[in-house]
Amino acid sequence: MSDQAIVEKMKTKFSSEILSVVEFRGETTVTVKKERIVDICTFMRDDLGYNLLCDLCGVDYMGKSPRFMVVYNLYNITKKQRIRVKAPVEEQNANIDTVCTVWGTANWHERECWDMMGIKFNNHPDLRRILMSADWEGHPLRKDYPVQGPDREPYQGRLS
Amino acid sequence: MVMTPEVLTLSQTPWLFTGVMLVKIAVAFVVTLLIVAYATWAERKIIGRMQTRMGPTMTGPKGLLQPIADGLKLFFKEDIIPAQAHYFAFILAPMMILAPAFISIAVIPFGGNIHFTYDGTLYAVPMQITDLNIGVLFIMAMAGLGVYGIVLAGLASNSKYALLGGIRATAQMISYELAVGLSIIAIFMLSETLSLRGIVAAQQLPLWGIESLSFIPNWYVFCQPLAFGLFVVGSMAEINRTPFDLPEAETELVSGFCTEYSAMKYALFFMAEYANMITVSAVATTLFLGGWGGPFFGWMNFLIKVFGFMFFFIRIRATFPRLRYDQLMFLGWKIMLPLALANVVLSGIAILLW
Amino acid sequence: MAANTSETMTINMGPQHPSTHGVLQLILELDGEIVQKATPHIGFLHRGIEKLSEHRTYHQIIPLTDRLDYLAPMSNNLGYVLAVEKLLGITDEIPERVQRIRVIMTELTRLKSHLVWLACHALDIGAMTVFLYCFRERESITDIYEKVSGARMTSNYFRVGGLAEDFPAGLEGEIRTFAESIPAHVEEYEGLLTGNRIWQKRTIGVGKISAEAAIDIGITGPALRASGVDWDLRRDNPYSGYEDYSFEVPVRTGCDTFDRYKVRLDEMRQSALIVLQALDKLKPGPILADCPKVVLPDKEDVYNNIEGLIHHFKIVTEGFKPEIGEIYQGIEAPKGELGFYLVSDGTNHPFRMKIRPPSFVNLQGLPQMVEGKLLADVIAVIGTLDIVLGEIDR
Repeated sequence: MSDQAIVEKMKTKFSSEILSVVEFRGETTVTVKKERIVDICTFMRDDLGYNLLCDLCGVDYMGKSPRFMVVYNLYNITKKQRIRVKAPVEEQNANIDTVCTVWGTANWHERECWDMMGIKFNNHPDLRRILMSADWEGHPLRKDYPVQGPDREPYQGRLS
Repeated sequence: MVMTPEVLTLSQTPWLFTGVMLVKIAVAFVVTLLIVAYATWAERKIIGRMQTRMGPTMTGPKGLLQPIADGLKLFFKEDIIPAQAHYFAFILAPMMILAPAFISIAVIPFGGNIHFTYDGTLYAVPMQITDLNIGVLFIMAMAGLGVYGIVLAGLASNSKYALLGGIRATAQMISYELAVGLSIIAIFMLSETLSLRGIVAAQQLPLWGIESLSFIPNWYVFCQPLAFGLFVVGSMAEINRTPFDLPEAETELVSGFCTEYSAMKYALFFMAEYANMITVSAVATTLFLGGWGGPFFGWMNFLIKVFGFMFFFIRIRATFPRLRYDQLMFLGWKIMLPLALANVVLSGIAILLW
Repeated sequence: MAANTSETMTINMGPQHPSTHGVLQLILELDGEIVQKATPHIGFLHRGIEKLSEHRTYHQIIPLTDRLDYLAPMSNNLGYVLAVEKLLGITDEIPERVQRIRVIMTELTRLKSHLVWLACHALDIGAMTVFLYCFRERESITDIYEKVSGARMTSNYFRVGGLAEDFPAGLEGEIRTFAESIPAHVEEYEGLLTGNRIWQKRTIGVGKISAEAAIDIGITGPALRASGVDWDLRRDNPYSGYEDYSFEVPVRTGCDTFDRYKVRLDEMRQSALIVLQALDKLKPGPILADCPKVVLPDKEDVYNNIEGLIHHFKIVTEGFKPEIGEIYQGIEAPKGELGFYLVSDGTNHPFRMKIRPPSFVNLQGLPQMVEGKLLADVIAVIGTLDIVLGEIDR
């Protein structure tokens, strides 16, 4: 099944949810609304066979609206195909439903996304910080978080 | 005219007896200590060779001074006692484990008699510190006491790893002492004495009392091979050597019962391990391999056999992975204990029939 | 009297512990020696590589990737440069010699990583000798590393569009001798472990995880293949010319520690075969792609030619600017699927780089595999998952 066919199937099932479909370097990215992300993911897994969630991460497009994008890189182990699903998340009340129920692996990925980006995952079973210590303030991978850390002089050397 | 040698006794020649006794104790103690020190060196060298390494090379020729350097280093290191540890028990534990290991040496015969003339009388001195008539029992008792040291170390450290190590040690020692004890019983049944000297003497006779086989000595390993196997495996477990080194399983329990120990106290544990190895080898030699009997001069035969056993233990360490706790218990209670019991029963029947 | 007065003991395993393979902390709730609950805590080695890479040019990130899975640096290099090449759209322009050398080096890296895994796994279970045997062979690979890249661990050898340097003279023969010796060495390890009753008792049936559970939790690589899932990115989504080599993907169905051990040993044999095949196909040729905007010019050019110097200067100081877009590149790293998700905003540094570290995901399976088992099994399972904390914490 080609990527177009898969996108078509998604479009027939979730016509109002899909915001855009982009193809770049042979990879298809489907942007969907965040409200029904669990349904979409369940559909992806059960009907389209994307049984492995390779990666889940957040991207901070600071200055744009919506600010965040949650990215799901999916893989179909039987057909050896990849697809990428993205869901925009607003800066205010940054949250999205968890997909832990769809892929167990999302648990730690979502914890990391919360830790690094500050995107909350509703209904997540164990939403704690994972890489930073529990009492850390701020979310380091946000674009407004300085690279040298929050309480230090900006780095004077060359960082290109 | 051949003079019959007199036996030294405390009542007739008290000073001479005490002097000879002290010399014997000193010699046995120093030799054991030296073997302990150089067992560590030998272990490092032998395992090094087996693992494509060199072992110690820098301290002295071929690294021969390494044990002394290690000893000095550990002696001068800071002695740390954890704040929450039980002070008295914490200090007592290493001694409790080392002392029994050395005491057991007292009843082991190293060789035949030494004759010397003093004041016109010929005396015979056995090469053994003391020949208890319940020697084997004494060794078992001392081995049992050694457990307390480990358990105490585990409890007193107030560390969870040490505690787990102590618990493991208790269970392991109890389970394997049973099998070891039962395997030795078969030996008493044959020798009809508990004195280690008597047991060695019984093994100097021709094999199974048949004169035509007199070139083979009547070592009990030939008539009790199963007991020998059980004894060696069981004692390996009792002295916590690989593959039974669970109480100090480094990768699981950090260092087990000696996690919190440092400096000389740690060294005492280390020495105890090797002293136990020597004791076990010596006991196995005495009980199964005819003690000092053999082609060479008495104590030389004895040492050769002991070193053979120690080499075997070292080699096992280089080859085997570690058992798991439940597997260890399974082996102890469900395989070795029944086998030892069966061995006792079979030996009894055999003795009754012949 | 209460029927059950048992209490559990909470034990802190790590971050300083001989067999947590780094700074992993496990909070174990023990009932006697039985693990009731295991909670991994990670992040002690977090160095912010993803954040740092948002502030560096694309070439400057390669050394950072060395520090991810520091036991397999070239695999990380490969994953990253492939991702950048894909982002630039120059995947098809990579010269053949570069492809071959990359395959040789990443397969040697796989061997290197698996050797360390076997060494530590065996040591964890108590077999000390295997540890040193494995490190003996690993030493040869680090020597090869040193000869090609100058460094024994953090290689920083691959470049976007090519390699830092060509193989030095005579190295091919050395690699061939080494690769030919691997099957005999693997036999040696198997001789020490596979038939050993204690080894079998410690590994068979320990840390079982079914194929469905493994996929759900996201386990990839040898650990997944030992659960019966026949999936290897080298074969199924070939990159860097892997389609030219014939090799088997070992798959076993035991789902336990022993089968993961066997799968990895078989993979070592296959890796040696791939290295030999790649050496056979290795022909002289350029080691940099012909994309002057992106690829650093030849050193000869830089020293003797003003255009070359200017190019070099521009690329080193300013870097290159890929188009706006995003790509994901996954490779079969020794520990599983290593993925790089790159977002470009058209500037000279990535807008976002997300690394998908295989160990991070595989470690998630640990609680499921050890709960209800004995403490000693935790050690065996940590070993069999083959985790590296540099990669987990990034």
